[in-house]
Amino acid sequence: MLTIENLHAEVNGKAILKGIDLDVKAGEVHAIMGPNGSGKSTLSSLIAGNEDYEITKGEMLLRGKNLSELDAEQRAHEGIFLSFQYPVEIPGVSVTNFIKTAINANRKAKGIEDMPASELLKKIREKAKLLDIDSKFLSRSLNEGFSGGEKKRNEIFQMAMLEPSLSILDETDSGLDIDALKIVANGVNKLKNKDNATIVITHYQRLLDHIVPDFVHVLFDGKIVKSGTKELAHELEAKGYDWIKELASHGI
Amino acid sequence: MTGSKNWHLMEFKEKLLSSHLAFEEDLNLNDSVHQARATALKIFEDKGFPSKKEEAWKYTSLEALLKKDYALFPKSESSIEVNDVKKYFLYDTDTYKIIFIDGVYSPFLSNTTHDGLDVCLMSAALTKPKYKDLIDRYFNKIAPEDDSMTALNTSYAKEGAYIYIPKSVVAEKPIEIIHFSSGNEQALWLQPRNLIVVDENAQVQIIERHQSLKEHPVVTNCVTEIYVHQNAFLDYYKLQNDLPSASLIDSTFIVQEKNSHASMHTFSLGGKLIRNNLCYFHKGEHIMSTLKGVTILHEKQHVDHATLVHHAQPNCESHQDYKGIFAERSEGVFNGQILVDKIAQKTNAFQQNNNILLDDKATVNTKPQLEIFADDVKCSHGCTIGQLDEEALFYLRSRGIPKKEAKALMTYAFANNVLESVQLPSLKKRINGQIAKKLGVNLGFEL
Repeated sequence: MLTIENLHAEVNGKAILKGIDLDVKAGEVHAIMGPNGSGKSTLSSLIAGNEDYEITKGEMLLRGKNLSELDAEQRAHEGIFLSFQYPVEIPGVSVTNFIKTAINANRKAKGIEDMPASELLKKIREKAKLLDIDSKFLSRSLNEGFSGGEKKRNEIFQMAMLEPSLSILDETDSGLDIDALKIVANGVNKLKNKDNATIVITHYQRLLDHIVPDFVHVLFDGKIVKSGTKELAHELEAKGYDWIKELASHGI
Repeated sequence: MTGSKNWHLMEFKEKLLSSHLAFEEDLNLNDSVHQARATALKIFEDKGFPSKKEEAWKYTSLEALLKKDYALFPKSESSIEVNDVKKYFLYDTDTYKIIFIDGVYSPFLSNTTHDGLDVCLMSAALTKPKYKDLIDRYFNKIAPEDDSMTALNTSYAKEGAYIYIPKSVVAEKPIEIIHFSSGNEQALWLQPRNLIVVDENAQVQIIERHQSLKEHPVVTNCVTEIYVHQNAFLDYYKLQNDLPSASLIDSTFIVQEKNSHASMHTFSLGGKLIRNNLCYFHKGEHIMSTLKGVTILHEKQHVDHATLVHHAQPNCESHQDYKGIFAERSEGVFNGQILVDKIAQKTNAFQQNNNILLDDKATVNTKPQLEIFADDVKCSHGCTIGQLDEEALFYLRSRGIPKKEAKALMTYAFANNVLESVQLPSLKKRINGQIAKKLGVNLGFEL
């Protein structure tokens, strides 16, 4: 589904990504781990189409389509979804109105007419239930005054509503207590199927106990320095990142 | 000698002065109103049009406007079909209407009343004996004498809206004051004069607009005096969405007595040049004054909001919240003055002016001006000028919302807390629609 080849990127002339290779197939869950500042969020922003970063080398292909030719909104129309590490507050726009606008924008891009209100409400109710979201929450202004946990839950709610084919969860576990974490992870797991794929970006292994990855990649200093299965995450948890830094410094 | 640069300016001023005799020809020259006109004309003669040299007009120049030869009196009466102007009414709400065409009252389009309250004409109030006491008490008593544009208006004061809400009366229907210009004159200079008195415990909602029906140069120099008595409630909306050939110099002076609430919303969405002078004077304790505005401009439109809240009594509150959105080469000015007298302890005065520049060539000049002589007060002000938040824009786009709609959504959100306090649902809907149109989007929902 997503193929990244030798991706180099920089921001304000500073190299952040220094040659990333990644191949994500439908039905798979990939975890990208790494210490702070290794480039994890840059990679997720780049896939979603953030224009703050400049690709200097390499390419990203989604089902063979070159992503660099698509705007952020076009990538969303192609099925990419980024759950933000820091979701933005939009005062004056309710969660419901926002999701309605987003869904219909995606439908319009595909030449489908607006979703009928009854269908939309039904879907909202169903997905809100899945994530244990109160209906009062849905009429509040988007992310305004939300707790860290509410923001993250709202991100996954949007994901559930938009049904993307490739979801990138950027530090979705940060700010969540263990109960909220379970709800969110359960939601993500229920949305998983053989046709979609998930990239979980996280610093800690804790989320991966609940969203079990097929592959784990360790990102350090803009490069994937080690890839493996879910056992790698446990190893990282046990040994910390220092041995990875060690590994990287020896050029392995 | 005046330099050639100001030649037009002089010429139009001369025209205003020399036409005054003809203007008063059919009017009573023995009453106090004539006296007021004569005094005001003298003040205008001495002061002339405001120039950019004056601090209060530093960023707004009338010079370009004054180069045209405006007709002061329409040559003929113009009639308008209801169907042509219906869209400017709040047609889905039953309202009283005071409608003028080229400054002349249109009984056909209006819906006035004397049943329990007076919603009628200034020309009647200024001349009929039964209004004499009220006119003596309020007319030209609220507006300051020394302001030259107000003096000019006073010198030509004859027609406009006269509204009197007696004690404990709640006006059941909103009142619409609409000034149309037909476009039948080459260029037209209008000077409506409104007087609104809301007596003790009374309540009223008023909507005012000035609307050209055809592209042609119009300048409206409008003055509205409002007296809000104790425990009374005024809810006033100015809808400024005129054609790009029309300019408006609008001066509103509000006196409030104790325990009264006066709220003014100004929506500036279109016009060539708009200057809003909005002044509040407090004459009692526990007064609430609300001043809110949304300005959305493009092309080379210019809007200047000059507000003054004069806290002259203790325990009063004022809230100002103006949002500005400026595209292309449009220009915004905000000059918010808060004056707190020494006696006005426990004053709460808040002022916010936030602006978004959508294009590099758009400009905003914002200046809070707080003069506080009391020591136990809460006063705050804040002004910001910025662009739309890029991160928020990316967030919306990453959800599949195209850039243009995302910008519009954020712009809506930015203006929303001013819209939220609009008390008339159909007006709110109307303004929402106009803002969406102005931003070139259909968001598919009401905010």
